[in-house]
Amino acid sequence: MVDTLTPVLTANWGAERSWTLESYEQHGGYRALKKALTMAPDDIIAAVKDSGLRGRGGAGFPTGMKWSFIPQDNPKPKYLVVNADESEPGTCKDTPLMMASPHTLVEGVIISSFAIRANKAFIYVRGEILHVIRRVQNAVEEAYAAGHLGKDIHGSGFDLDIVVHAGAGAYICGEETALLEGLEGRRGQPRLRPPFPAVAGLYASPTVINNVESIASVPSIIDHGAEWFASMGTEKSKGYGIFSLSGHVTRPGQYEAPLGITLRQLLDLAGGMRKGPDGQPRQLKFWTPGGSSTPLLTAEHLDVPLDFESMGEVGTMLGTRALQLFDETTCVVRATLRWTEFYKHESCGKCTPCREGTWWLAQTLAALERGEGSESDLDLLLDQCDNILGRSFCALGDGATSPISSSIQFFRDEYLAHLTHGGCPFDPAASTAWADKATAGARA
Amino acid sequence: MALDEKTYGELREIAGRYPEARSGLLPMLHLVQSAEGRVTPEGIQACAEILEITPAEVSGVATFYTMYKRRPVGDYHVGVCTNTLCAVMGGDEIFSRLKEHLDVGNDETSEDGKITLEHIECNAACDYAPVVMVNWEFMDNQTPESAVALVDDLRAGKEVTSTRGPRLCTWREAERVLAGFPDGRVHEGPAAGGPSLVGLGIASERGWTAPAGSGSTGQPLAGSPAEVAHKTDTSQEAEAAAVEEEAPTSTTAAEKKEAQ
Amino acid sequence: MTTTPDKTEVDLVTLTIDGVEVSVPAGTLVIRAAEQIGVQVPRFCDHPLLEPVGACRQCLVDVPDAGNGRGFPKPQASCTLPVAPGMVVSTQATSPVADKAQQGVMEFLLVNHPLDCPVCDKGGECPLQNQAMSNGRGESRFATSGSGGVKRTFPKPINLSPQVLLDRERCIVCQRCTRFADEIAGDPFIALVERGAQQQIGIAEDAPFLSYFSGNTIQICPVGALTSESYRFRSRPFDLVSTPSVAEHDACGSAIRVDHRRGKVMRRLAGDDPEVNEEWLTDKDRFAFTYASLEDRLTHPMVRDRVEDGGDGSLRPASWPEAFAVAARGLHAAGGVGVLTGGRLTAEDAYAYAKFARVSLGTHDIDFRARPHSAEEAEFLAAHVALTGPWDGGVTYADLESARTVVLVGLEPEDEAGAIFLRLRKSVRHGGTRVLALAPYTTRGLRKMHGTLVPTVPGQEPAVIADLLGRADHGIDAGAVVLVGERLAAVPGAFSAVADLVAKTGARLAWVPRRAGDRGAVEAGCLPTLLPGGRPVADAAARVDVATSWGVGSLPEGPGRDADAIVAALAAGELGGLVVAGVEPDDTTDPAATRAAIEAASFVVALGLRDTEVTRAADVVFPVAAAVEKAGTFLTWEGRPRPFEAVLPSPTSLPDLRVLAGISEELAALGQGAPLGFRTVADVRAEMSQLGPWDGARPTMTPVQPAASTEGQDGLALSTWKLMIDGGSMQDGDKHLAATARPAVARVNPATYAALGLVEGAAVTVTGDRGSVTMPVEVVDDMTDGTVWVPASSTGAGVFAGLASPGTRVTVKGAGA
Repeated sequence: MVDTLTPVLTANWGAERSWTLESYEQHGGYRALKKALTMAPDDIIAAVKDSGLRGRGGAGFPTGMKWSFIPQDNPKPKYLVVNADESEPGTCKDTPLMMASPHTLVEGVIISSFAIRANKAFIYVRGEILHVIRRVQNAVEEAYAAGHLGKDIHGSGFDLDIVVHAGAGAYICGEETALLEGLEGRRGQPRLRPPFPAVAGLYASPTVINNVESIASVPSIIDHGAEWFASMGTEKSKGYGIFSLSGHVTRPGQYEAPLGITLRQLLDLAGGMRKGPDGQPRQLKFWTPGGSSTPLLTAEHLDVPLDFESMGEVGTMLGTRALQLFDETTCVVRATLRWTEFYKHESCGKCTPCREGTWWLAQTLAALERGEGSESDLDLLLDQCDNILGRSFCALGDGATSPISSSIQFFRDEYLAHLTHGGCPFDPAASTAWADKATAGARA
Repeated sequence: MALDEKTYGELREIAGRYPEARSGLLPMLHLVQSAEGRVTPEGIQACAEILEITPAEVSGVATFYTMYKRRPVGDYHVGVCTNTLCAVMGGDEIFSRLKEHLDVGNDETSEDGKITLEHIECNAACDYAPVVMVNWEFMDNQTPESAVALVDDLRAGKEVTSTRGPRLCTWREAERVLAGFPDGRVHEGPAAGGPSLVGLGIASERGWTAPAGSGSTGQPLAGSPAEVAHKTDTSQEAEAAAVEEEAPTSTTAAEKKEAQ
Repeated sequence: MTTTPDKTEVDLVTLTIDGVEVSVPAGTLVIRAAEQIGVQVPRFCDHPLLEPVGACRQCLVDVPDAGNGRGFPKPQASCTLPVAPGMVVSTQATSPVADKAQQGVMEFLLVNHPLDCPVCDKGGECPLQNQAMSNGRGESRFATSGSGGVKRTFPKPINLSPQVLLDRERCIVCQRCTRFADEIAGDPFIALVERGAQQQIGIAEDAPFLSYFSGNTIQICPVGALTSESYRFRSRPFDLVSTPSVAEHDACGSAIRVDHRRGKVMRRLAGDDPEVNEEWLTDKDRFAFTYASLEDRLTHPMVRDRVEDGGDGSLRPASWPEAFAVAARGLHAAGGVGVLTGGRLTAEDAYAYAKFARVSLGTHDIDFRARPHSAEEAEFLAAHVALTGPWDGGVTYADLESARTVVLVGLEPEDEAGAIFLRLRKSVRHGGTRVLALAPYTTRGLRKMHGTLVPTVPGQEPAVIADLLGRADHGIDAGAVVLVGERLAAVPGAFSAVADLVAKTGARLAWVPRRAGDRGAVEAGCLPTLLPGGRPVADAAARVDVATSWGVGSLPEGPGRDADAIVAALAAGELGGLVVAGVEPDDTTDPAATRAAIEAASFVVALGLRDTEVTRAADVVFPVAAAVEKAGTFLTWEGRPRPFEAVLPSPTSLPDLRVLAGISEELAALGQGAPLGFRTVADVRAEMSQLGPWDGARPTMTPVQPAASTEGQDGLALSTWKLMIDGGSMQDGDKHLAATARPAVARVNPATYAALGLVEGAAVTVTGDRGSVTMPVEVVDDMTDGTVWVPASSTGAGVFAGLASPGTRVTVKGAGA
């Protein structure tokens, strides 16, 4: 029986100066690299395939399969690009990982590049996390100095250079082809597919793009074996993952556990929902399983396993395991409007449904939140969502519809209450981090 | 006014990091901001010349990404997260307090030129909500009062340290790091804040680990529980104490240590 | 969408669209396969000549089977989806899902559109308006949703250039314009800027959209966002009459559509001709048409009351019959008469001059070359150009796409032949063709064709061409095409070297002149050495052939005088009379000599559009029809006939051929020559067709030795050509076009620049044997040593009149130094 929490990626985060090469190596770091360099690259790909690792950036595409799509007979250079543009609302796992243990990522990059025969890798970090960028830059420098990077790494004949690339503020660059555009110095607008990046990605060359956590998981798979990884998690959602709890929970933070854990289990570890002025835990009203682009769930879904399949069965997605928890003090219309404004702000502008649709959705929702408009606007919103979902160029438009469709599904009455109340019936002060502490006199 | 030769040289150096020079454009524009205090027409022209593309193409990029500013930015860019979770947790109130306190609107700079205030989207620190970023360094778990004190300290020229990072530098210095020129502050600040370690702490306390593997030591990477316990950011003490008081049933030994 | 003729084997893919089975070539996009069965899927960003982008999402269709038994769960953009065998597609015609998806997108598109159709130039010909009616919902729900939708607004139009304006509110950011600028023209001076709903088309500060091809963006804009200064607010589409025609500004023969209202041209658009200009047009062809309706347009014949006849020496209006009679009497009395036609005539008019010279004037003293020329060039044209054309394997536009290598000699296509430039760029972009240019420096045009410079000091072309033979790396073989410009005529031995190159390599050859009528004039016999149909004057059988066909006894033996010799003979009194068409003295080898010759001539008959120094100096002046007012034919540089009919009938001006017929009849009455025997364009066409091409031996060329190297001589070699938009008289009156001209600058290499010792920003003065010009200087890194480039006709009277005689050297100094 696997333990409830299984720290692997997070295991060394508490170590003294954990971000340094010295600390990382003291805790077994770069052991997997040494092993990998003795393996045939195809065997590494096979190990990652066998482990069942699925992309940790949200989509859950099997990582090993992605690697095997790289046409090795293509004479062009191959590239590995790490998607460290962590921007999905609620998602906050890659950022602490890179801050506390950037070498885990760097080691993963080296092994992964070796596997796909890439001699140049890029880590595209969103620009808004300065200290994380310092730590990753430093880790790359240290790795060069230690001979983990550069020419003929540890006598293997394998060369690798890593460039740390700072983004500049665009959620859409989390979409892999938009990220490539950003990395090529262009506007981050998604590309037409096919060709897929595996065939023609960065500089029209075969390119693998993986999330930070996916790549960071590779050293442990190589170190301990595919079976070890696969012994965690569920049948089709194998291994461990970082679950990020935030919001109205007693102990928000990072919890690394096998996929398939439930929110009830996590919430229990996290001390339950925060307590109200009466000292009793507040009620879980709604939550996102994997960021704001994954349709909302409610307390009735507390026991649904947090894995790709089970989340799909209840009409949502596992996403990035960004569990944002909201209690009954939160107005779901306000929450949805704010997310919608986010998508409007981040829509790249390329395609009509997303660009114009989010503009319109935000206006309709804003009116409803003010208590204006009519009940028919709810059906109009759903119809607009229907005209965006699957009609947009990329998944950003789809994501924009998730909070709206799901919140109307679960909380239609609350929308109507805004109309009857002539505005928002909630007190925003009640949902703040300090609301109940203020009552309790604990505010520092 | 044209950029100086040193900046030109560094712009070329950035372009040289990549197999195709144009890939350098994003960091190059960060460097332009560091040198010029914003993206200037001269900076756009310089990037266009070096990359042999048109100024219109550079403009297209410079106006797409929100970190690039066309108006001068103050010494400190203060970003208040008002995406849903932070907004609900108090970000909205923080933002309106700061607007009032600084007498500025969104994306405006205080009269003394010190602070540019902007509401920002999710900055990947939701477990520290509500979050304020100063020059893209984390200022975690803010309140309206702490945020006002923060900007007052910045305006008074006091040294301020990120709650999960180094002493704050200026916005232009920060932009230089984003352009790929490190500033030597990498070893300042902790490895992780309290929430980043909360799951690890519970696992350590309860002896939970990943299964034994076939690796050469047979153990997954791990820090000792004691180390975990020492890594908590001290600024979180009050918060942790509050947590402890309110959640006695699930308080772990590790957390008790954190609170000390 | 050009069809390559030799590609016959095409893999066909069969699919079903709306229940109809259709077979289309593999790789066809579903949106175009649907057109084959008569289904028009609405679209905005899609354009057949631009790369698919899938941005607007208007063309969504349902695909229940992708050809693999599985369908797409969501509607697909048919503009980016290639067909697959067995694919099943349901468009809006049969699928409620597709129809709703399209209506949804249309509704979104109109959210931020101002719906100002009643005041929009595009109203009535607007794809957005039309498709909103055909594929949209009648009422927008935006206005009534929530508390009433609020549109994004922008201040009214901004200038992208002095010619092109952008109304951002109307823009649906389909990216057709930016894709055109980037993909087709290679001028990405407009780009998407900002993001999301604020995304718009923009330029950088102080960097306007100055592209020779900018007008195409207006034409392909599917809404009224892009308009031109010269046309906006002038008329409504439904008030316009559209007539197809052919552009008259260069030798490309681009198809155009002339839109006119009540006898006035309002605008010109690119016609769609896949064989020639595809759907593109240069800004000169598009916007330069005002010249034909300026105040100085001649409206009636004029005759001079000569002092010797008791008059006051001035020109006075005359009736047509009087003018014909006066012209005939004067020419009859003048003794020898030369004929200078210029390069702007239709082939029919050129034929009339050729016949008039031989039949009415009894001379071969005729030349269309109102520019530096040579006997070598005339031989080259007779041996390698006349009678070649697409019908017998001559080089075509399509060949430029299939050629492995295209060599440019004495030709700057972006300035001098825009359609060639675009075709070459297209080919290069698709990885087909490699462009080599023999030129003194890498021009912007060459850079955009990713071409290779073969550095060539002006005057050294023969040696550099000869050197190409030893360069296997240049890949000049039977798969190559050599394009030579008319400028080579000023370099002795250059045409000979080109002839030698193609003979030895098997490369194919084409001559690219600058003017629309040049190639037709060669075929029509406006050379002292060639009769109509490429018949050599020197060949007795050819002369008999023509004389018989014309029903005249015989033709003089010849050869005649070329243009320079005609000028010299007039000055020397060897010739007394001159018949001159659209010739500008400043374009000629020696402008002062040309002026002096006109002055010296005892009798001058001028046929012209406008009041010019030539018509003012003439004894009889005939107004003639502009291209827009008559039927005619231009031959492209390929030799492809481009016939057109009159767009605007103008009773006050006749085609040149009718004027010449009138004079010939009067001359015949005086016992000189015979009437030309035609009076209309149709008559001439019939006669030309009856005469047909020469089927005898093609003349050969006597190689000419290059001039001695000028290396080591004082001064700098002068490189010059005319920019597309410059001081040309046919651009008169189009101030917005003129404002988009590239600035006149002198170009030198860093060494020359350093030697000048200039203070930064100072201008230079270039001095030659005919004068000086002063202009800003630009340093070009790869300019050949000892060379300076200046534009030929962007300042003052132009290079030949105001700077230097062809082939001579110049000096450069800091201005005012």
